[in-house]
Amino acid sequence: MQNWIDAYSAVNLKFLLQGLWVTVEISIISVIFSMIFGSILGIIRYSKFPYLSEIVGLIIDIIRNLPLLLIIFFVYFGLPAFGFKPDTIPAAILAMTVFESMMIAEIIRSGIQAVDIGQMEASRAMGMHYGQAMWHIVLPQAYKKMIPALVSQLISLIKDTSLATIIVVPELMQHAQVIYGQNANYIVPMYLALAILYFIVCYALSLISKVIDRRMA
Amino acid sequence: MLNLFVNNWHSFLTGFGWTILSSIVALILSLIIGSLFAIMEVMPNKALRIIGNIYVEIFRNIPLLVITMFFYLVIPLYFVKINGFTAGTIGLTIYTSAFIAETVRSGINSVDIGQMEASRAMGMTYGQAMRYIVLPQAFKLVIPPLGNQFVNLVKNSSVLAFVAGFDLMYQGNAIASQTFDTVNTYLVVGLFYLIITLPISYYMQHLERKLA
Amino acid sequence: MKKFKYLAILIMSLLLAVVTVGCGSKPLSQQDVLQNAKDANTLTWGVKADTKLMGLIDVNDGQPKGFEIDMAKALTKKILGKNGKAKFVTVTSQSRIPLLKNGNIDAIMATMTINAERKKAIDFSDSYFDAGQAILVKDGSPVKKVQDLNNKTVIGVVGSNSVQNVKKYAPKAKVLQLQDYAQALVALKSGQGDALTTDNVILGGMAVENPGYRVQGKAFTTEPYGIGVNKGQPHLRKALNKAIKEVEADGTYNKLIKKWFGDVPGFNYREVLR
Repeated sequence: MQNWIDAYSAVNLKFLLQGLWVTVEISIISVIFSMIFGSILGIIRYSKFPYLSEIVGLIIDIIRNLPLLLIIFFVYFGLPAFGFKPDTIPAAILAMTVFESMMIAEIIRSGIQAVDIGQMEASRAMGMHYGQAMWHIVLPQAYKKMIPALVSQLISLIKDTSLATIIVVPELMQHAQVIYGQNANYIVPMYLALAILYFIVCYALSLISKVIDRRMA
Repeated sequence: MLNLFVNNWHSFLTGFGWTILSSIVALILSLIIGSLFAIMEVMPNKALRIIGNIYVEIFRNIPLLVITMFFYLVIPLYFVKINGFTAGTIGLTIYTSAFIAETVRSGINSVDIGQMEASRAMGMTYGQAMRYIVLPQAFKLVIPPLGNQFVNLVKNSSVLAFVAGFDLMYQGNAIASQTFDTVNTYLVVGLFYLIITLPISYYMQHLERKLA
Repeated sequence: MKKFKYLAILIMSLLLAVVTVGCGSKPLSQQDVLQNAKDANTLTWGVKADTKLMGLIDVNDGQPKGFEIDMAKALTKKILGKNGKAKFVTVTSQSRIPLLKNGNIDAIMATMTINAERKKAIDFSDSYFDAGQAILVKDGSPVKKVQDLNNKTVIGVVGSNSVQNVKKYAPKAKVLQLQDYAQALVALKSGQGDALTTDNVILGGMAVENPGYRVQGKAFTTEPYGIGVNKGQPHLRKALNKAIKEVEADGTYNKLIKKWFGDVPGFNYREVLR
């Protein structure tokens, strides 16, 4: 019992919450960037520009099919060879963004595909050009359909930030490991805390998505 | 890169083998467990539904790394000794089964409810109707998303590296820290992952297009 | 159709340009890291985050603390002057050499033994600490010395040389490499292995915090710790060696040894005084 009280001391809890904050920070920044890049890449891939769409498609497929852990290593250890030397947190954000952009691009592509092709044709027939039809007619419907998939991708992203502990990013998982590294008796309380904290954040998001989904339906 | 592979081919192939083994074992187990929980979630019995729901929600919302490390470090402390490979595979199974349950459940739900009612009206029990009428149709619908879950499973198996599970990523780390040739090592590791994941992922895209 | 072809060519050449520009920035081997550090008035050190007494993150303020951190600060002051800043990047045994070679850090001060294998990849300063490798076991363990580890499982850390060393003494030992010392220690407690091996001073720190575990037998190797710097940086290496001598001469070194290792059971700090 004493172990549990000591493990959850004010200092340790504060340290854990600092870690949680970094986790949230990394997640939010990465999700914003990857929504932007993912949308652009997804549209390019859907649009069938010769060569360009194929090249983008290939890149998406390759990165999507690699473990995120590997991408983290590449960004942190590989990119500096090209003159770019990120610190741990920017490296984590960059790695998450690269990986998630590709996942989101794929969601966007299939979302656009799911919008009735007739809509695009009708808009074009009404005199809109391709870009207008995409922006005003197809994309709004596609995004509405994609909300559940996008939210579950966001939840994955939050959970996946825990992998960044391998390059000593000061996020939630890393901070818990530091605490139980100093006193191995804290390990069970720490894993319980990890489970609860991740669960609260991720489950809250999935509830919000369900509410939005119901409102839209 | 070729040099690096030639000098370390044994480690790379060993890792590749463990990665495949872990992925296949976890796939089979999580298909079974996931389907069971999916069926629980659509059962008329409310208690079972709630249990199914809790299982799925808990393990979908906790990182795989946390689950795996828990099995590697905590379970042996109080219960039974399990090695890194087993702990990793158990973690993968539990985590993936929650996603498979969710996928299969939505498959079952999208099978027309009339089918179930018709089968019951013809005198089948609930279990029979489920087994012979609903599930076969549901599985056909969810093959592409299940394939994608398998791709995720293979990628996720890289957490074994955290628990000394001898997989590709673990061997890659060991080779990189002996040869100091980080980039090339991880390029080889990446190629090995792509050998498994790319074909499956392309085949699933093909299936999706055929079904659509 | 033709328009798109041009577009594709344009994008390809852009990509190529980015890659060339990236490679075009002056390679590290042609830069003088010491001069860069003087210009920025900052030396960037790769240090441990998980090693008690040497480099460990303090939960109170999130900063690394330990002998190596204090040493790095003292050396920085000797090299850059009183106002010189020491910046710390936390590394693992696995990440420290790639980060040095990439130039994320200027020097490694992270419990790294000077050995021939690593000398192929990087250069070392003179030794700043003499450790020796030992094993940590549970009280009452049948493992009395390193040779007893044949057919037993020994836990080490990815990227450290301790696991290779054990293989020399106990060729049939099974080896598990974990990510860092914190995980390794918990894995030992969970019974994932029969012993944990690394340098005696690190193990001493663990034994203090974990009653029921002991450093078993004497150190079976000598592990002189050196500061890792990139090849082709003679100025920085010379400056570090000079600074180490100065720190030893003015008594700072012994003061720090006493501060961190003064009361570690089973570790006689007088043996490492200089």
